[in-house]
Amino acid sequence: MTVETSPILSIVTFLPLLGALFIAFLPATPGGDRNARHTALYTTIFTFAISLLIWINFDTRTPDFQFVEDVAWIGPFRYKMGVDGISMLFVILTTFLMPLCILASWESVTKRVKEYMIAFLVLETLMIGVFCALDLMLFYLFFEAGLIPMFLIIGVWGGNRRVYASFKFFLYTLLGSVLMLLAMFAMATTAGTTDIPTLIQVGSTKFSPDMQWWLWLAFFASFAVKMPMWPVHTWLPDAHVEAPTAGSVILAGILLKMGGYGFLRFSLPMFPAASMDLAPFVFTLSVIAIVYTSLVALAQQDIKKLIAYSSVAHMGFVTMGIFTFQQQGIDGAIFQMLSHGIVSAALFLCVGIVYDRMHTREIAAYGGLADRMPVYAAVFMVFTMANVGLPGTSGFVGEFLTLLSAFKANTWVAFFATTGVILSAAYALYLYRRVVFGALEKPSLKAIADMNSREIAIMAPLVILTILLGFYPALLLDVMAVSVKQLVMNFETALAQSTAAVAQ
Amino acid sequence: MQILLSYAPAYPEMLLAVGAMVLLMIGAFSDDNAHTGAFVSWLAVALMLAAGGLILMQPEGTQHPFEQAFVVDQFARFMKLLILGGSAVAMILSFDFLRNKGLLKFEYPILLMLATIGMMMMVSANDLISLYLGLELQSLSLYVLASFQRENVRSSEAGLKYFVLGALSSGMLLYGASLVYGFAGTTGFSEIANVAKAQSGAANIGLIVGLVFMLVGLAFKISAVPFHMWTPDVYQGAPTPVTALFAAAPKLAAMGLLMRVLGGAFPGLEQQWQQVIWFIAIASMLLGAFAAIGQTNIKRLMAYSSIGHVGFALVGLAAGTQEGAQGVLVYLLIYLVMTLGTFACILAMRRGDEMIEDIDQLAGLAQNNLMMAFILGMLMFSLAGIPPLAGFWAKVYVFWPAVQAGLYPLAVIGVIASVIGAYYYLRIVKIMFFDEPREKFVPISANLGFVMGAALIFIFAFALPQLGGPIIDAASAAAKSLRL
Repeated sequence: MTVETSPILSIVTFLPLLGALFIAFLPATPGGDRNARHTALYTTIFTFAISLLIWINFDTRTPDFQFVEDVAWIGPFRYKMGVDGISMLFVILTTFLMPLCILASWESVTKRVKEYMIAFLVLETLMIGVFCALDLMLFYLFFEAGLIPMFLIIGVWGGNRRVYASFKFFLYTLLGSVLMLLAMFAMATTAGTTDIPTLIQVGSTKFSPDMQWWLWLAFFASFAVKMPMWPVHTWLPDAHVEAPTAGSVILAGILLKMGGYGFLRFSLPMFPAASMDLAPFVFTLSVIAIVYTSLVALAQQDIKKLIAYSSVAHMGFVTMGIFTFQQQGIDGAIFQMLSHGIVSAALFLCVGIVYDRMHTREIAAYGGLADRMPVYAAVFMVFTMANVGLPGTSGFVGEFLTLLSAFKANTWVAFFATTGVILSAAYALYLYRRVVFGALEKPSLKAIADMNSREIAIMAPLVILTILLGFYPALLLDVMAVSVKQLVMNFETALAQSTAAVAQ
Repeated sequence: MQILLSYAPAYPEMLLAVGAMVLLMIGAFSDDNAHTGAFVSWLAVALMLAAGGLILMQPEGTQHPFEQAFVVDQFARFMKLLILGGSAVAMILSFDFLRNKGLLKFEYPILLMLATIGMMMMVSANDLISLYLGLELQSLSLYVLASFQRENVRSSEAGLKYFVLGALSSGMLLYGASLVYGFAGTTGFSEIANVAKAQSGAANIGLIVGLVFMLVGLAFKISAVPFHMWTPDVYQGAPTPVTALFAAAPKLAAMGLLMRVLGGAFPGLEQQWQQVIWFIAIASMLLGAFAAIGQTNIKRLMAYSSIGHVGFALVGLAAGTQEGAQGVLVYLLIYLVMTLGTFACILAMRRGDEMIEDIDQLAGLAQNNLMMAFILGMLMFSLAGIPPLAGFWAKVYVFWPAVQAGLYPLAVIGVIASVIGAYYYLRIVKIMFFDEPREKFVPISANLGFVMGAALIFIFAFALPQLGGPIIDAASAAAKSLRL
């Protein structure tokens, strides 16, 4: 049996669940917490290793879905899994970030460790499933089920206002998603199938332009909340601030990417006419998100909140890039999502490192960390620069490609979005100065210790990747190129067809 | 002999009826103590399971015994299995509570069996007379069960309230039935259907007014808004295991009867009854979602939750298609399991001899008894309709037909109501998982643990084709035989 014919996607998807079940049945001995941690770590590392097999055996020359598994499921639905150049990298991103999350919670989570690890492993299964699912109902199932573990992670292990944040997160995202569910029913009724590849092929012809509008809006309700786009982003700062470090990492690193992924998988290929019509609307929201949330980030007193707002701004570049409908823009958007998955995850981990020592996220409580924590200061700087979008870091490539493409599509959009780049430099450097530079005056900081070997082990791969991708973006861009090209081509053909139909 | 064979389709009911008489004799001639009560109760469970076995052995196809007054088809068999399952599990749930309160008497299982026979007759009714007989047999037994804890004021109040309002609704139903009889000239469903299907059916005002009155009576029985007022009080006042029964089997039977009446006796009048169902579905979903938010008593909360769920089930019926009917059946089955599982958890909320009904007392349960907190938590997520749990599939199968039938406003209002409703289910999860622990509950008994575990496995395993597939196929076959 070769990798191509084995159900490797199902293995990668459900391996973490297996680990979770194993932890659930571990006896509650005094060493139980230790066992749970180790099981979770080995499971996630093993999952990552297997997921690399997907990448190695991935054929970058075809836009088709690969490693496809297709068996009958309940009723008319099918259990169909598969990845293409767009989704495969998100699977890798998920499996890559997971071991780091487990490591990051190694010492900071001390209560109810077993449940914590189970929640994370279940969440991993569900997140991988979202990117592999090729059936509407299967996609929805993974997409929505992730709310349960995330709700518990924020609510049980979160900060002071965790209850408020967890409810807000859950209800906000649920409200967006249920409308998408109804849209899926309407699609399945009209097209007679829930198969995503088929819908990508026939969606633009089966759905009338009017219907596309409604479907687009319903999907938008879900993805815009998940993304999150201004003005429905307000759940994000709360959820980020209250979630434990690893929870923030998962939120910023992967959950936010589901919105962008959804636009690429559903909105663009299935409702091209509506996407075209509503692109100015998305541009407007994106630009507002970039400028407004960057300004909001400038005013934050809480490190996590600042990074949360900067995430919203960066996601603005993603939506802007996607809705240029050009290869460059979409490449840039996907790259930006992947890069942001690494950089923002790393930034939250950086916050976690000082939070574990000082138990505060107030910017004012820090200052002059460079004296006592030189390694930390260096690492933090790399990610601050990546967040700003400095050339040579992964943050630059995505922003540059999306801006370039936006400039071609609409100069004003590019103009306003570029101010966001300047603003991001302002808030990120301002944050860095206040936390790391200056005199070390606070008495509580006098004895703060630098990163230990575990923390360095977490950060090292992230630093390497950030710089590697900054200099060699082709590593990722080559993987997605053919799929994105196909997406853009299909989009243009569908659009030409519908304009021809209107002209007649 | 020939006559006996022609009654074959009704053997399950007969077994239960004769069994109930025999148990009555056993009870009457034995010592009046808990031992007899337990013995009779287990025999009742065994008889119900045996009746279920008989139903499974019945050949497929439709029979009309008793001169067309009775109909046994796939739909009836499906519903009867659910009713028997619901009643048997409700009986199993009752043991600890009754023993604890000194109420483990032989009358209880016998009343429960009689109610079950009534419910089975309801879903098999093919005539206005048999409809009413089944309905009243069920109702009268349940009135007594509601006030079974007779030294308790609330329980007596619940029984009385249920009786008075139930009698009112029966009156409405009877009045409607008499109008239908008057304007159709017959009590048989198939003959009424002929009148309803005829050209003049929609213009037959008397028939339609009769239909509306019958719908009112049935809406009362399924506790759909605006005829739900009795539900919270009765649910709160009745002994908890009886509440578990109320929330499960009778509701299913009344839904089955509603579908039977609409599909069997009033085809061709979809235009007329769909409006009514549409309205009560929306009203029930919204009231169920909003009114439950402020509740502090978990039984009352479950009452409002059940009102909301009836609304969701009615969405499938409002679609008026075979897929819609299939959706309702799937919904009812899943709802039954979730409700019984939840009530098993509620019955496990006990400290010493005192039953706890206050939601806040669940605080920190995850740290005292993780397994119970996990089960109740997952049941809450399932009731809220979060995938991959069974409650999500229930919603899929009712909302999809509604979208297919073009009922977009109904579907949109429905899903928004389900988001609002998610709030109070989440609140229970929050109390159990996020709050600081309180005093522990007594250890869970084997009976309750069995029901909880079975419910948990069911709500997770439903997403597997091995479990969900056959259930959906069975529901589809049942819906087909209903010819809605």
